[in-house]
Amino acid sequence: MEKPDPTVTTSKRRLPGWARGALWAVVAIGVLSTASYLTDMPILTSSDTSQTALRLGLPILLAAIGGLWAERAGVMNIGLEGMMILGTWGSAWGAYYGGVWVGLAAGILFGLLGGLLHAVAVVTFNVNHIVSGVAINLLGLGVAQYLATLVFEPISGNPRESPPVAKFDTYSATFLSDWLGALEDEQRVVLSDVAGLLRGLVTHVSPLAMIALLLVPASYFILWRTRFGLRLRSCGESPVAAESLGVNVYLHKYIAVAASGGFAGMGGASLVLLEGGADYLENQVNGRGYIGLAAMIFGNYRPSGLLGGAALFGYADGLQLSGGGAAVLALCYGAVLLLAIIVVLQLIRRHWWAAAGGVAGAAVLYWIYWTNDELPSDLIPYTPHFVTIIVLAVAAQRLRVPKAIGQQYRRGEDT
Amino acid sequence: MINWRTALLPPALAIVFAMLLSSVALLISGANPLEAFATMGAQLFHGNTAVSTVNLAIVYYLAGLAAAVGFQMNVFNIGVEGQYRFAAVVAAIVGGWMQLPPVLHVIAILVVAVASGALYALLPALLKVYRGVSEVITTIMLNSIVFGIVAFLINPEQFGVLHGNNLSTEEIAPSGRIPGIPLGEAGTLFGFVVIAVALGYGYWFMLNRTRFGFELKASGESKTAAAAGGVSAKKMTLAAMLISGGVAGLVAMPELLGRDYVYAMTATQGYGFTGLAVALLGRNHPAGIAFGALLWAFLDRSAVSLESIGIPSEIATIMQGTIVLSVVVAYEIVRRADLAAEQRRVGRAGNGRPASVAEGGAV
Repeated sequence: MEKPDPTVTTSKRRLPGWARGALWAVVAIGVLSTASYLTDMPILTSSDTSQTALRLGLPILLAAIGGLWAERAGVMNIGLEGMMILGTWGSAWGAYYGGVWVGLAAGILFGLLGGLLHAVAVVTFNVNHIVSGVAINLLGLGVAQYLATLVFEPISGNPRESPPVAKFDTYSATFLSDWLGALEDEQRVVLSDVAGLLRGLVTHVSPLAMIALLLVPASYFILWRTRFGLRLRSCGESPVAAESLGVNVYLHKYIAVAASGGFAGMGGASLVLLEGGADYLENQVNGRGYIGLAAMIFGNYRPSGLLGGAALFGYADGLQLSGGGAAVLALCYGAVLLLAIIVVLQLIRRHWWAAAGGVAGAAVLYWIYWTNDELPSDLIPYTPHFVTIIVLAVAAQRLRVPKAIGQQYRRGEDT
Repeated sequence: MINWRTALLPPALAIVFAMLLSSVALLISGANPLEAFATMGAQLFHGNTAVSTVNLAIVYYLAGLAAAVGFQMNVFNIGVEGQYRFAAVVAAIVGGWMQLPPVLHVIAILVVAVASGALYALLPALLKVYRGVSEVITTIMLNSIVFGIVAFLINPEQFGVLHGNNLSTEEIAPSGRIPGIPLGEAGTLFGFVVIAVALGYGYWFMLNRTRFGFELKASGESKTAAAAGGVSAKKMTLAAMLISGGVAGLVAMPELLGRDYVYAMTATQGYGFTGLAVALLGRNHPAGIAFGALLWAFLDRSAVSLESIGIPSEIATIMQGTIVLSVVVAYEIVRRADLAAEQRRVGRAGNGRPASVAEGGAV
């Protein structure tokens, strides 16, 4: 295999980030609409699917933003799951007594407390980051269950559930939505697909979804365009160098991890406070914190990337929920199309091994699509998890991980 | 040389701290902490609680060993959870289908369990070594996927049988069971305890008395240093992950071959995560893991009694979480204190002048 000279390729043909993002979006929509046309599965690009995807992608997006803040400051945050669980309880409690906005604030606060605990363990006491994260997941679960038994059981009569709580109102861009709906119903190739996907994103949108989506550019601006962000990221790349330049590493790590917990708590709140979601329910987080972390890693520790990751997982989840096994099979078909494009690209770049791997993967997926009419219903709910593993296996090697991630840092000690 | 103070003080501190913290939680909820702890302690002498605690501890011990093998090589096998459940359902299906003479049947089931546990660890191991994918993420995904796999395999369309309202695998014939050790009134101890003890010894022997164990530990301490000594970090990661998965495959066996004989949808989950905590508590030492497993099992078993005096039994989960976190913090504090004491000693030895090289001073 021939190794391209990095100095040449990166300077010669490098699209700006927004252009590559747009290109990916176009490719994704193209593949999906082709697949939905060829397999006769309009559900692949229906407004239902994209609306469900938005709802299901939100908690993952918020967890991923939380992961971004912590990991950019050099702290691994497996504890996102526990912080989300704390957030679900907090938001249900707050929303029951004070309405949605109080609920959201309480969810953020509870997640933040979890984040602070992680920061104390990891930054002050140099505990291994994963160990502390596992402990926080245990603790978050225990605390939420304990509090639910204590506070919710007398009201709802069930220690695993909260009483019904207020939900966010949703808003639609009515005019746009109707127009897109009409376009979607015409079932024209590509045009209707785009209309369907867009319509789901402008119909019944909650303020929380808007805030969450705004947090992506906001995180980018804070972390990459301000002095504070530069300092925070320098703690994740080389804390010793940062300290020598007068950056208070401990303080920046504390802020980053606490913010990370706050975002995770918000993610928990988005499970409780959105129309269509359950109220507080035991085990409702169900690994979304981990998936958020995976989405962030998949997105190469960048805000735009994690948005793509969250969209992918939200879409896979929304599709299996609204379309079932047949839709997942159609997705397999779409993946084959995507792999075909990738293989061609790799062949042009003369990456023979990567191309061969792509061909093998495509063959397996096509075989699954060809031989099955219906996938086992027990396995379909785990579509996003399978997608995660496959995507990471394909993407992981080109990642640019913060240099000092997971390392223990003590002021004045060099290593 | 073992420094007893550094080894034993932190867990003791952690337990005390966890008790203090849960006392605060209990006081906030309006309960009497002393009464709660007394009830939990007294429960141990109630009926068969003591034996069932030990039985549960055997399971936790196996899970702890599985996690500890990974920790030695700096691999975080969070997937013990998925690996043991996958192995349990496969072993139960194969064991129910096989017809073999008594001892052979048991051995065959155990082999199948170890192999399928290792198989489920193979994918994350390969992805970690050859694609650089974090084993933490892949194993977590596989932990979720295992729910689907268990449901799929226990489905009557595949290998399941409907017992009343409960789906489970085919029952394993008496020839494939491991007899328990009857202790009269107190209950029956799992016969698997013998295998667990042997495994603990084997783990200790492998790490401290074999070349492979040395290479594993060396590679976990510093990949570059070990590579310079001719130890391939990739190979060691792969080996640690597979052994860890293999041991994880045994986790469900005491209950499967000693009590349940079938693997059902309702089988208890979460042993894998407990194993991680127990291994941390025991600092990856076989005796320490045994202690951690017993403590954990005690908290789980005796927490039930709290319901009778009107306290949510989830307080036990809070205690467990606090213990894990405070035990690692306590180790760090004791380590720092030791380091400071060492520095003071060196400082005193110098009598005010800079220490010579022989005393540990700078060149």
